[in-house]
Amino acid sequence: MIPAAFDYVAPTTVDEAVRALAAGGEDAKAMAGGQSLIPVLRMRLAVPTLVVDLSGLTELTGVHDDGDSLRIGAMTTHYEVQRDPLVREHARLLCLATDTVADPQVRHRGTFGGSLAHADPAGDLLAPALALDAVMVCAGPNGTREVPAARFFVDYFTTALAPDELLTHVKVPKLTGWGAHYEKFNRVAQAWSIVAVAAAVRVSEGKIADARVGLTNMGPTPVRARGVEEALVGQPATAEAITSAATRAAEGADPPSDGNADAEYRSHLARVLTERAVTAAVSA
Amino acid sequence: MTATAEPEVGKARRRKEDARLITGATRWTDNLQLTGMLHMAVLRSPVAHARITSIDVTEAVKMPGVLVALTGQDLAAEQGSLPCAWPITEDMLAPPAPSLAVDQVNFAGEAVALVVARSAAEAHDALAAIDVDYEDLPVVLDLDRAVEDDADLVHPDLGTNKSATWVFDSAEAGTGSDVDQAIADAEVVVERTFRQQRLIPAFMEPRSVVVDPSPGSVTMWSSTQVPHILRWMLSAVLGIPEQQIRVIAPDVGGGFGGKLQVTPEEVLTLLVARRLGKPVKWTESRTESMLSAHHGRDQVQRITISARRDGTVTGLKVDLLADMGAYLRLVSPGVPILGAFMFNAIYKFPAYRFTCTNVFTNKVPTDAYRGAGRPEATFAIERIMDELAAELGVDPLELREQNWIRHEEFPFTTVAGLTYDSGNYEAATARAKELFGYDALRAEQVERRANGDPVQLGVGISTYTEMCGLAPSRVLGALRYAAGGWEHAAIRMLPTGKVELITGTSPHGQGHVTAWSQIVADRLGVAFEDVEVLHGDTRVSHRGMDSYGSRSLAVGGVAVVLAADKVLAKARTVAAHLMEVAEDDVEFTAGTFSVRGTSTTMALGDVVVAAHVAHNLPDGVEPGLDAEATFDPENFSYPHGTHLCATEVDTETGAVKIRSYVCVDDVGKVVNPLIVEGQVHGGLAQGIAQALYEEAVHDEYGTLTTATLADYLLPSAVDLPHFTTDRTETPATSNPLGVKGVGEAGTIASTPAVVNSIVDAVRHMGVSEVEMPCTPMRVWKAIHGRGDGVPTTPGAGGGLGSIDARGGAE
Ligand SMILES: Cc1cc2nc3c(=O)[nH]c(=O)nc-3n(C[C@H](O)[C@H](O)[C@H](O)COP(=O)(O)OP(=O)(O)OC[C@H]3O[C@@H](n4cnc5c(N)ncnc54)[C@H](O)[C@@H]3O)c2cc1C
Repeated sequence: MIPAAFDYVAPTTVDEAVRALAAGGEDAKAMAGGQSLIPVLRMRLAVPTLVVDLSGLTELTGVHDDGDSLRIGAMTTHYEVQRDPLVREHARLLCLATDTVADPQVRHRGTFGGSLAHADPAGDLLAPALALDAVMVCAGPNGTREVPAARFFVDYFTTALAPDELLTHVKVPKLTGWGAHYEKFNRVAQAWSIVAVAAAVRVSEGKIADARVGLTNMGPTPVRARGVEEALVGQPATAEAITSAATRAAEGADPPSDGNADAEYRSHLARVLTERAVTAAVSA
Repeated sequence: MTATAEPEVGKARRRKEDARLITGATRWTDNLQLTGMLHMAVLRSPVAHARITSIDVTEAVKMPGVLVALTGQDLAAEQGSLPCAWPITEDMLAPPAPSLAVDQVNFAGEAVALVVARSAAEAHDALAAIDVDYEDLPVVLDLDRAVEDDADLVHPDLGTNKSATWVFDSAEAGTGSDVDQAIADAEVVVERTFRQQRLIPAFMEPRSVVVDPSPGSVTMWSSTQVPHILRWMLSAVLGIPEQQIRVIAPDVGGGFGGKLQVTPEEVLTLLVARRLGKPVKWTESRTESMLSAHHGRDQVQRITISARRDGTVTGLKVDLLADMGAYLRLVSPGVPILGAFMFNAIYKFPAYRFTCTNVFTNKVPTDAYRGAGRPEATFAIERIMDELAAELGVDPLELREQNWIRHEEFPFTTVAGLTYDSGNYEAATARAKELFGYDALRAEQVERRANGDPVQLGVGISTYTEMCGLAPSRVLGALRYAAGGWEHAAIRMLPTGKVELITGTSPHGQGHVTAWSQIVADRLGVAFEDVEVLHGDTRVSHRGMDSYGSRSLAVGGVAVVLAADKVLAKARTVAAHLMEVAEDDVEFTAGTFSVRGTSTTMALGDVVVAAHVAHNLPDGVEPGLDAEATFDPENFSYPHGTHLCATEVDTETGAVKIRSYVCVDDVGKVVNPLIVEGQVHGGLAQGIAQALYEEAVHDEYGTLTTATLADYLLPSAVDLPHFTTDRTETPATSNPLGVKGVGEAGTIASTPAVVNSIVDAVRHMGVSEVEMPCTPMRVWKAIHGRGDGVPTTPGAGGGLGSIDARGGAE
């Protein structure tokens, strides 16, 4: 299909990009890897009059070590995230989740920031970002602000970003030495999650000292499975403890019903996958 | 001219055409650019059933670049009705099938208006400016409901949603006894209802048409499987003299039956090109393809099998409802009927009745899709054989063996009246069992059951045979099909010794260019590289019935052999004359004529030149060695095979993983094993996809909710298991090549093998059926006794349906 006509600019700095977005108003759209935006344009589900191509913003690529946290540029591709040694060491959950995204072609073009800004509830990087307490750095006409993941995801495909704001970086607190696992359930390999569970745990002296659990596609936004986390912390890292904690997986979730899964089945999957994710994370 | 040392037939030649196809060095229809070419875009109905109360194109015509915007009213006088070439019964009901809806739309996706503009983008932009008012009519979707007396009607003028009912009864036909009696007398009766979900052919290259309307000679390029049929039908529908139409199918990127059609868009492109006097192109998007190109399958199958306690089958009764969608397309009504002769499969049923009612609904028309009728039949019989085995408490493979035709019983006339010429089911099955490790897997299954393993193992079996090589023209006539089933080939012997082979088959991915070259190389003793295969242009290949139904090799390939033999016969006459000996003394081997008992020889190349220059020919012999032949088969060919599938079913999630897949097919003599392997792999992928992934889903309004490839799931290589393939080789006796056809084999056998394995894995948990596609949710619900329906909404997240449902990625 052919998108409707639009103007196109390719700024080289964040300032220029923000100004272009502000000038374009509601009808302007940023484009990162284009892996979600272009299909939408081609199907004419979105008809922006201006597309602001971010691919020239080299300042937004790469992973930086900020001491206690990592700073990941929004334009860092999935492929780069997967292979980044800092991410692998300090935020392994992100690597593991990114491994499951789409196919190699898409991972070479799609970006970390684009995925988060797109806020598809079935997208695989939202729940890890939430579980890791990531902080979104957003740049607008009035400067930058920081939004924690828990407040960034507002609804289906909706974030806290204003139309003239860009996501520039994501700060991810280091969880060095934690076990991690991303358990994704889908029907064909390159597809989005029907349900997935992101788990990171710190085991100390046979006990679960810390646990983070995030759920993908269990509601309009990613869900933090606080009940599971509470139930795990302080427990011995045993199968029984994990199985029992996992029964609380769907607490507070609002799972959708669609052709792949109805709400009941999703809730069931959340429990089974949580059990598997935590078990794998504990032994990772 | 080089003589080939080892035979070409049987060699695993890499395909000649692939370098061009896979490097993008070819031109697909959409790559064509003609001077002054315009672009057509089609507006499609968003609703499934409605009266069109008004269409206003005034704003669209004012849009930049637009030349014309037309409605069905504008074309009503000239568009005619799209052809249906298979009126299966004398009283079959067929509604008029306009290319552009005139006053009523009958499925969502039906064309209601068109725009022609200078660029494709401008044409698409203008569609949004067309204003259509619809007055909703009740939507008919469910097959069972559609045939009830008080059902809403798709075509009220017809007074019913039933198009036709077609019956085969072995007692009436004299091929067997009465099935009702058999069932009444039976010791065991098993009845099941199976659903063949609706599938979308999903060929890789979307459809595209270019028409150059030069006066007195209209040229149409189309991404079609059937250039010859298309030309004939365009002439018949539009009244254009056939000699003034040239149809070209350039390289075509897949079809699977989906391009065995005369489409509304082909007719419309031609009409607007003629009206404007300019070349016009139309190319569809993927979603447009899914919404408007014909779909496949979609049947409800009620199957009753009867048997003795000892396992001997005694009767088979088949009652089908087949969804035609909103209109009858080219061969829609005949697709389920092709299955009529295949439900009895490889088994010796003494009594059989097949009844099929074709039903209209407000959905995209259905028509041929890989296997056409035969996968449906094989699925039903292979599923019910497993159910019967479970009922009797016997091994399903042993039950099959007990009832199949033994190899010494061929030729065998079945209860459906076909005569299977050859086969060896024992050999194929024995080989499959060995490769599969059948007994070890059964042992593991027992163990997992005993341990209550959350991952259960299932073994699925499917044997099959199919009727390929469509088709003996007389049989087609008896089935009321409008055309014949022969095929044509012509050979041009060029003066430099090279060969042009012209075939009436129309390859669209199968590798005919390679296989036909191998056949010709052997027959004429020329080099493989010296053969050029021409096809798909009605000016070059003037006679043909095109490619579908695994007919190309078994019918078209045989025509190639016959044409080559004619070349040789004449060459022998000329050679004898030149060598001044009697024709009977001339022998031909590996490209050279020799005189028996002497050292005198003459290469075919020299005979070709002599015949071409014609300086010295026998009296009455015309110059040149070119020859042509048409082959009309006496019988179908009957490939067969045994497929075994082991799946692991995760009972906690319902996820199904194919652990191993073994198939042993018997496709008769093999011209090119690499091509056969490729056909089997592709077929397996599509058959497994029906079992596990693909389904065209409509919501309650008749909107297709799986109209992108994010929602209509096609597996990729990583989703499929390693295939262990092997062959047995029982030559067909019905054609001189001994070939049988392989295009559909994998698709036919794999679907029931996979579903049988899933049911087998969880049968002890009370499951005896999982509807296709066997999604994890369906499997999980079957295990946990939650039989309720599956929502028809597209993915709430992920995929594009979600974005659609929520009004854009804002
Ligand atoms: C075939 C296929 C399969 C896929 N499978 C998966 C999968 O399994 N799991 C998964 O998680 N994803 C999947 N995706 C989506 C993929 O990860 C995309 O790359 C991602 O959703 C969007 O990233 P992008 O860089 O391409 O963003 P774009 O498509 O360029 O943009 C997406 C949206 O985000 C906005 N945006 C982008 N960057 C910024 C920014 N820096 N600031 C503000 N707004 C911004 C855009 O305006 C747009 O609205 C798949 C995509 C495809 C095509």
